Amino acid sequence: MTPMPAPYRPGKDRVRQEIQNEMASIPKIIVIGGGLAGLSAVIKIAEMGGHVDLFSIVPVKRSHSVCAQGGINAAKNLKGEGDSTWQHFDDTVYGGDFLANQPPVKAMCEAAPGIIDLLDRMGVPFNRTPEGLLDFRRFGGTLFNRTAFAGATTGQQLLYALDEQVRRYESEGKVRKFEHWEFLSAVLDSNRVCRGICAMDLRSMDVRAFPADAIIIATGGNGAIFGRSTNSVVCTGSAQSALYQQGCYYANGEFIQVHPTCIPGEDKLRLMSESARGEGGRVWVPKAPGDKRDPKSIPQNERWYFLEEWYPKYGNLVPRDIATRAIHKVVYEHNLGIDGKPMVYLDLTHVDRKVLDRKLEGILEIYEKFVGDDPRATPMKIFPGMHYTMGGLWVDFTQATNVPGIYAAGECEYQYHGANRLGANSLVSCIFGGFIAGPTAVNYARNLKATPSNGYFDTERKRQEENNATLMKSDGTENPFKLWRQLGDLMTKNCTVIRYNKNLQQTDAELCKLMERFRHINLSDRTQWANTSVVFARQLYNMLQLARVIAQGAGLRDESRGAHYKPDFPERDDKQWLKTTKATFAADADEPKFEFEPVDVSLIPPRPRRYDAVK
Amino acid sequence: MAENKTVILKIKRQPNPNVRPHWEEFELPSRSGMNVISSLMEIAANPVTREGKATTPITYDSNCLEEVCGSCAMLINGRARMACSALVDKLEQPIRLEPFSKFPVVRDLAVDRSVLFENLKAVKAWVPIDGSYDLGSGPRMTMQEQEEAYPLSRCISCCCCMEACPQFNEDTGFVGAATISQVRLFNTHPTGAALKRERLVALMGDGGIQECGYAQNCVEVCPKDIPLTRSIAEVGGDVMKQAIGDLFRK
Repeated sequence: MTPMPAPYRPGKDRVRQEIQNEMASIPKIIVIGGGLAGLSAVIKIAEMGGHVDLFSIVPVKRSHSVCAQGGINAAKNLKGEGDSTWQHFDDTVYGGDFLANQPPVKAMCEAAPGIIDLLDRMGVPFNRTPEGLLDFRRFGGTLFNRTAFAGATTGQQLLYALDEQVRRYESEGKVRKFEHWEFLSAVLDSNRVCRGICAMDLRSMDVRAFPADAIIIATGGNGAIFGRSTNSVVCTGSAQSALYQQGCYYANGEFIQVHPTCIPGEDKLRLMSESARGEGGRVWVPKAPGDKRDPKSIPQNERWYFLEEWYPKYGNLVPRDIATRAIHKVVYEHNLGIDGKPMVYLDLTHVDRKVLDRKLEGILEIYEKFVGDDPRATPMKIFPGMHYTMGGLWVDFTQATNVPGIYAAGECEYQYHGANRLGANSLVSCIFGGFIAGPTAVNYARNLKATPSNGYFDTERKRQEENNATLMKSDGTENPFKLWRQLGDLMTKNCTVIRYNKNLQQTDAELCKLMERFRHINLSDRTQWANTSVVFARQLYNMLQLARVIAQGAGLRDESRGAHYKPDFPERDDKQWLKTTKATFAADADEPKFEFEPVDVSLIPPRPRRYDAVK
Repeated sequence: MAENKTVILKIKRQPNPNVRPHWEEFELPSRSGMNVISSLMEIAANPVTREGKATTPITYDSNCLEEVCGSCAMLINGRARMACSALVDKLEQPIRLEPFSKFPVVRDLAVDRSVLFENLKAVKAWVPIDGSYDLGSGPRMTMQEQEEAYPLSRCISCCCCMEACPQFNEDTGFVGAATISQVRLFNTHPTGAALKRERLVALMGDGGIQECGYAQNCVEVCPKDIPLTRSIAEVGGDVMKQAIGDLFRK
């Protein structure tokens, strides 16, 4: 055993790499982000003979995909229900309120059963039936048992399986990891073609430019813009924002998923998976306002199972936007939050303990550890929280952004979920997106004509170094972490569950003020080693830019669709708004400009979305 | 809860690997539901020591904050554990935070744990599939087999087991419990078993499984309750069988 890995030798390794590349003209792809989407792309590229430099802020095994709990959807129809990939496609499009372009969604649903098989072959310990086949459970927005799962830590298990395959390629020299490195920007040539990236070593703080034939962005969601969310610390949307500021379209930014069942917390909102309801969990509040009794002692007829009453067919498994709004209504309009506080019960106490342990242990353990109560014995107290970014970098059906050489996959792009994502569809969209982006990037690289590098790399590196220097020198009074808290409170208040135009306009004005205050920032740390303050300040600036895209996009869309709800415009308006929002950055004005693109609804004609009746 | 209650943290600081560490104390207003990470966030927003001296925010690793990514491991009151799930209410004060002692310090509470990932490479901790193209379904597995594999597969690579192990040090070069348990996981998988011998051979010799001194600290500190000592016993038996078998085949 080697106690410590051999140190990376930039000079030598790079020379060797360059010789190798010249010898065989191996496509050289940079992948940014090591969650499911990024790792899926890496696997395909390595398999096709390409070479990958994989950049990640955290060791890839610690990426946010690890947090996904409940499962992954695929219409394998192993429960004799007559499920089909078309049904999965229809549920996804309908659940997304017809905002997603349909051909790529159809392709994803058709690929899903094969993806599950592949994961199974890679060793994911999926739960089994007594016969030894994959077990499936029900999730929101469908009537079929379509969700394969590994306990309640499915994302962790999937991420590990892909991480292991990538480690294998790494040991074969096909993948080189740059962990603890942060993407700063793309390097664009004079024709606005991407030639590589600029990234920063989060330990030495060195900024370096790395050439590549193509780059794939797989940097996840942007929960941090909302302060506290279910997202991990790294999910700031900083990379997407940097690319938007460099000319990439950002699409459907206003569509933010608020998950109905989270555990409120000081540092973050912890997800309580939809699988809890998939396994029989029921949401309720006491019928009497301010009822202080122990929940177990409240008789059935004094409990209000409002989801089951309002949505008899889907019950507790309505899509997330619907459940979230219902909980809001019960808490804020009926004033029935538990003990007068913004919380409702999620009750599993009637489910057999053995079943709970076998199928949900991971999430019950989270509740136990962070709240201190055993959810097998006491109903959990939950409330909605920001969870998922439906919008993202605009891509075409091959995962290409509008800038040649830049591809995107996973939560950081906008393609598969329309106006609301169905539970257990994110894992499949990440893997599918990565499987498309990898090969597309390799083919692009193979057809790419080499151009002599003439200074783009140095120019971009210097620009980024100057950004750092400006932040380090700035001697104002604003603490970046405090500014961030204000950003989060502002966005959570006005840009999540319920949206009013007046508030959205105010939000944008407040965001401008925050950006102004950002110019008077003061980093409490000015050292040149593992300086988290300067890194965070850079992310914060990008969050502020992207927050404006979200707030302004929400302001423009005068309708209600999926997760985007305006009481002043309560209906979906297909005539005006069956359109993808595309934001571009107007550098001279330092603000977003918007255009709108028709949605491809060539396969399923839009119909009203109602979960109180059978669709 | 009392109005003016505060939380006192004693944090071992080290600006970079080349200087000696020192201690700083912080006093924060107490709030219910606080954990060590939320306390560190609080310090970042107001980086002032208990004595009123301006200082730098603490550098530490963190990501998911729900004890599944494995990032935020550190010594809390001397015990190797995850900072996100360390609830302030349940800790004795002052709360002492230190970086892991057996890994190179990067800065403050952040250490370099890449040795574990290198070890996972060395034991080929993966299922050797033919390719990512469509090759049909995976091997059938009973519920019991899944229930054996799943707990092992929940290892979050936090390295608590290695930090707590008396044998894990530069002298022995011991690989540690996490890696051995992964060997057990992949050796019991029907396809993963193809590399069983290579994995066992990797665990022979210096730094291999024989370095284990059965202190059982690993299983005690594991935040995921992974049956590490059982993994070590089973893999140890397999290594022994393999070694004897190899001897006779020579």
